Amino acid sequence: MSSATPNQALIGSRWFKYASPATFYPLAGTLAPWFAVLSLLLFGLGLYISFFVAPTDAQQGEAYRIIFIHVPAAWMSMVIYLAMAFWAGLGLAFHTRLSGMMASALAPSGALFTVIALWTGAFWGKPTWGAWWVWDARLTSELLLLFLYLGFMALQAAIEDPRRADRAGALLALVGVVNIPIIYFSVQWWNTLHQGASVSFTRAPSMAMTMLEGMMVMSLACWAYVFAVVLWRVRKIILIRERNSDWVRQLQQKGVL
Amino acid sequence: MLQVKQLTCVRADRPVFQGLSFDLKASRLMQVVGVNGSGKTSLLRILAGLLKPAEGSVSWRGMPIEQQTSDYSLARVYMGHANALKGDLSAMENLHWACLLAGRDPTQPVIAEALNHWGLNRRHHLPLRVLSQGQQRRAALARLSLLLDAKLWLLDEPFAALDTEAQEALEHLIARFLDEGGSVILTTHQAFGLSPRITDRVDLDRLRASC
Amino acid sequence: MLKVFKALVKRDMTLAWRRRTDLLNAVLFFVMVSSLFPLAIGADPKLLRLIGPGVVWVGALLSCQLTLPRLFASDHADQTLEAMVLAPTPLSVLVLAKVLSHWLCANMPLVFIAPVLGMQFGLGPEALGVLALSLALGTPSLSLIGAIAGALTLGLRGAGMLVALLVLPLYCPVLIMGCLAVEATVSGLSPEPYLLLLAAFSLATVAIGPWAIATAIGIAYE
Repeated sequence: MSSATPNQALIGSRWFKYASPATFYPLAGTLAPWFAVLSLLLFGLGLYISFFVAPTDAQQGEAYRIIFIHVPAAWMSMVIYLAMAFWAGLGLAFHTRLSGMMASALAPSGALFTVIALWTGAFWGKPTWGAWWVWDARLTSELLLLFLYLGFMALQAAIEDPRRADRAGALLALVGVVNIPIIYFSVQWWNTLHQGASVSFTRAPSMAMTMLEGMMVMSLACWAYVFAVVLWRVRKIILIRERNSDWVRQLQQKGVL
Repeated sequence: MLQVKQLTCVRADRPVFQGLSFDLKASRLMQVVGVNGSGKTSLLRILAGLLKPAEGSVSWRGMPIEQQTSDYSLARVYMGHANALKGDLSAMENLHWACLLAGRDPTQPVIAEALNHWGLNRRHHLPLRVLSQGQQRRAALARLSLLLDAKLWLLDEPFAALDTEAQEALEHLIARFLDEGGSVILTTHQAFGLSPRITDRVDLDRLRASC
Repeated sequence: MLKVFKALVKRDMTLAWRRRTDLLNAVLFFVMVSSLFPLAIGADPKLLRLIGPGVVWVGALLSCQLTLPRLFASDHADQTLEAMVLAPTPLSVLVLAKVLSHWLCANMPLVFIAPVLGMQFGLGPEALGVLALSLALGTPSLSLIGAIAGALTLGLRGAGMLVALLVLPLYCPVLIMGCLAVEATVSGLSPEPYLLLLAAFSLATVAIGPWAIATAIGIAYE
């Protein structure tokens, strides 16, 4: 069956063995639960450190504790876009179908973390600056990043042919990733010139070691969560795309699905 | 000249046809038949280079068409269902532009002659949208009269919606093109006068992917 | 190659001229949107002078974005675009010609009308000049980026709205630099760095844009 074989030129290469959806599907199924468990453990540890171990901030009181979610979420939102662009570029260059599926599987998680970063930013802003929304350079960039994610998902949702959706999304993600630094610097410039930079996230001068630890553990937990969720999502996408292929039918006959 | 090997076409994850191979020589006329949805248009689009096949290769004079430089794009002419003409431009402007795009630069009298040949006398400079559907189709086909120096015509349902007069004109033109060493691949449902000259035939119904 | 390029620019401009009401509508839209703001905010001259550059720039952005879906749509519908994909001339050259004529027909008028709108907001002559210059330098990149989105959404339902979603976040740097240039002039500083940045951004998109547009069209046909 033709649609189950990846790009002919790549078959011989060991590296691309897992680029075939048929081999990746069971691998993802094995790995995902492990990452889920790992993520739960890390979240538990991270939240414990954030709430009970980390000291109360001298200026901001208890309200600052939201950074243990806010900062990892903001990091994730950017890393995931980079990962998405990486898979997109790979897919455009080598015509590997799995790459496009990975990019589509990453987008919702990226958008989710962007929303979390914005939301928690608002929660943090209210007690700290007295306003839910401040046109801070980072918050504004984060908002534009959310628009980029939403545009990516809207474009993919609008295209029926999955192959075209993958490739169109990939090109958009690449255009986006080239633009992100430009957007970031222009927004920062705009911000310093317009606002007098009275508020900034970089204010906390010396962060206690435990605070940093808490953030690190929370970030790792987010990583593990993303791995688990994306692997599960990519499995779903593979099944939908490959529903006509022999190996999916064999799974159905065995009663695995 | 045109060599097709083990071509498989997949549209929207559904296989359309598979295992198509043929070798088309010069001065040949190939008819592609098959029911609706058997992939006739997809096949022509693959041969033109608009669509990538899921598997298999198309070569022109021994070289795969995706590696061709401008040789193949000068040699083949593809005409789809639509006329590829602008209603706001005149027939003359449309044809001149189409030829420029195809890498030719015919003079006005040459274009005028082609238009007259298709019965569009005295309508050279009217905006195309004021002409009838049939006349617009003739203007589109007049492009072929200007591209007789090509080597391969890929015509998708060229006889659709033509009156007998225009159909005969097209048959004459195709015959002349064949005589001059060109090859034609066309899809059509209806009977046409060139049946005795058909040398090759592809039946896509027989290549239906079993799925 | 140059011959085809010129012929395509001429063809698209002829077509635009024969459909000039479409272009006129986009310009009218620009004028109207910009005139709505004083109605919404009030006629305080100080306030108007403050928001003027931003309003005119946003108006230009929206007006430019409105004309984008049509850039390839009609060529796509009548299969002329297929002929361009199959032509011996590289597709990126052809799309550059198309974008150039789009810019000449749809964005050039904005450059000339913007100073008139700026006057409504009480901008000084120097600021008006910089406003027009910033638009002239920035809008080429708007056309090019917009053309990528237009090519990505070829033949899709609701393409117009989708183009807006894809394009507006990417337009932000141009918007910011354009407005900063005018504001710098208003407050007596040199607009030069911003104008140079706008020009650099446009040049970069001229270098990368045609390739991306051609790839996007290729994707739409695969």
